[in-house]
Amino acid sequence: MASYMLRRFLGSLVVMWAVATLVFFMLRLVPGDPIAAMLADAGGAEEIEAMRRSLGLDRSLLVQYGIWFGNMLQGDLGNSIYGSRVPVTEALAEALPRTLSLSLLAFVIAIVIAVPAGILSATRRNSATDTTVSLLAFLGLSMPDFWLAILLIIVFAANLQWLPAIGYVPLSEGFWPWFSHLILPAIAVGTAFSAIIARMIRSSLLEVLKSDYMRTARSKGLTPRMLMFGHALPNAMIPVITVIGIAFALLISGAVVVENVFAIKGLGRVLIEGILNRDYPIVQGAVLVVSAIFVFSNLLVDLLYGVIDPRIRLN
Amino acid sequence: MTLLSVENLAIDVTRDGESHRLVHDAHFSLERGETQAVVGESGSGKSLTALAAMGLLGEGLSVASGRILFEGQDVTALSEAAHNDLRGSGIAMIFQEPMTSLNPVRSIQHQLTEGMRLKLGLSRRAARDRALELLTEVGISDPERRLKQYPHQLSGGMRQRVMIAIALSCKPRLILADEPTTALDVTIQAQILALTSRLCRDHGVGLVLITHNLGIVARHAQNVAVMYGGRVVERASARALYNDPRHPYTQGLLASVPRLDLPRDTPLRPVPGAPPDPTVPLPGCRFHPRCPWATDVCRERVPPFEAEGDHEVACWNAEVASESRRREGVA
Ligand SMILES: Nc1ncnc2c1ncn2[C@@H]1O[C@H](COP(=O)(O)OP(=O)(O)O)[C@@H](O)[C@H]1O
Ligand code: SF4
Ligand SMILES: [Mg+2]
Repeated sequence: MASYMLRRFLGSLVVMWAVATLVFFMLRLVPGDPIAAMLADAGGAEEIEAMRRSLGLDRSLLVQYGIWFGNMLQGDLGNSIYGSRVPVTEALAEALPRTLSLSLLAFVIAIVIAVPAGILSATRRNSATDTTVSLLAFLGLSMPDFWLAILLIIVFAANLQWLPAIGYVPLSEGFWPWFSHLILPAIAVGTAFSAIIARMIRSSLLEVLKSDYMRTARSKGLTPRMLMFGHALPNAMIPVITVIGIAFALLISGAVVVENVFAIKGLGRVLIEGILNRDYPIVQGAVLVVSAIFVFSNLLVDLLYGVIDPRIRLN
Repeated sequence: MTLLSVENLAIDVTRDGESHRLVHDAHFSLERGETQAVVGESGSGKSLTALAAMGLLGEGLSVASGRILFEGQDVTALSEAAHNDLRGSGIAMIFQEPMTSLNPVRSIQHQLTEGMRLKLGLSRRAARDRALELLTEVGISDPERRLKQYPHQLSGGMRQRVMIAIALSCKPRLILADEPTTALDVTIQAQILALTSRLCRDHGVGLVLITHNLGIVARHAQNVAVMYGGRVVERASARALYNDPRHPYTQGLLASVPRLDLPRDTPLRPVPGAPPDPTVPLPGCRFHPRCPWATDVCRERVPPFEAEGDHEVACWNAEVASESRRREGVA
């Protein structure tokens, strides 16, 4: 298991390096000169030259890459080249907790709903409960998240006035203010995710319930609870965890979209503004962080695999 | 009191509003500590009969008529909860597929002790101690290590030993062993069978030994019921059945078993033809399409079960078939 974990961890680092390198070179190959963009109104030829020198853009691409990479390892992602020119890490450090809060809350809500829904619809197959769950899952999957976001704002913020419509309050200012601002976007982001997981749990459980080892477990006269939680679920969750890994990516991209609807200045907002402003250091930094979330949540899923499945852990 | 008595059991499958009879008439019985073999080709309804006794018939399957008396109580009439109480501690079952019958993600310790903790009310510690004893008893060395392991780390024979330990763990009065050795290597089959049989004898547990191989039951069972096409067609003591098989199907089965008491080059004769499809109606004796002795009456009327002493057979022409076999001198 230890060597498996180490292998997976090193693999993730390699992927991160590849992503960083790709992002660096791609941004430099994209047409459009950031300096020209920065100095759109003011600035003649020599100002542009000076700027280039100060940003190190006059060196060869490989040297630039080396410097950039070295700085990145030390946690220096450069400065924004637009507006206030804040350090990229500062902009990201402000945005990241918002996106993470939103994604994690969406994740938790989605799982809390999906797991019991999946179990109920599998154990009461073809019942009214099952039909209801299937219908809700279908609805949840077919509603675009930004559309759901707007719907939620109209109903719960505008009409009922139960919850704030937009903005973000850090957790340090209290649980309720934080939660009340995040709950609507979290529902908007998590609904499709929840629907996918509930469906997956249902079909995975139905498969497991037919298995020989479940028949063995029943032949022991175990209680329904022991059968479900001691035998069926641990097996049924194995394929579900894979899907969770993939669907988590979907959830992050959903968060990026929904942030904009709720005017939460998270990674998605930062990324979009960066692109509009041709603020390349910001874009690089944001893409890097989003990729890191992807890669490491996948790593987490792989490790979880080992925890739940002894065939992986012990081989 | 008779330990288990299966009486005129019929099992139906209903799917999409259509119903078929899978088991027409299963019947046999055994006393405490006895071994009863149930023999028949694949598809003859042996597993369904055992599953009915466990109350584990799958979706769409149901007992249509007949009774299964366990210690005098008809288990087919039990509520699910009452039947569940009986499972493990009253009747336990060993299944055919050791490779898939254990949960791949739970340790041997968990699978062996959970039943004891629930049914015998043992503490974690006491259940573990008893698990170690049981593993030793079924011939598993280094039980401490095995308890921590998972099914994929054990061979097929080893897993079936674990299954036997699980079956014995809650001190049942009856074990239903459904082809417990069919999936194993030939060399291991005999060991596992002998082990199952010995442990049941030692613990005074009744054993229903289900198999498609008539050859292997001779040494282990007192009585044999032969099933064909969802019906018990012959029932006798093991000795009587081997010496004087009356039903043509039983005779066919015996001819397909390698025997040590005959010259080695005696050809094996598998019963020609295929077992009946339960979804196609078949009047009369269900064996008639394959039977060398079939006459007109066989095609029209179901032969009644008739007893001569302890030897019961359902065949219109049992006398003729039996007589001719004796004359051939095969017995
Ligand atoms: N769940 C089921 N649905 C439909 N038919 C079944 C089902 N289970 C068993 N059968 C049929 O019932 C007959 C008896 O099956 P079974 O008891 O498993 O036979 P055996 O154990 O003697 O090989 C077979 O023809 C089989 O195809
Ligand atoms: S009843 Fe007829 S068909 Fe059936 S086994 Fe006897 S002789 Fe054969
Ligand atoms: Mg079978």
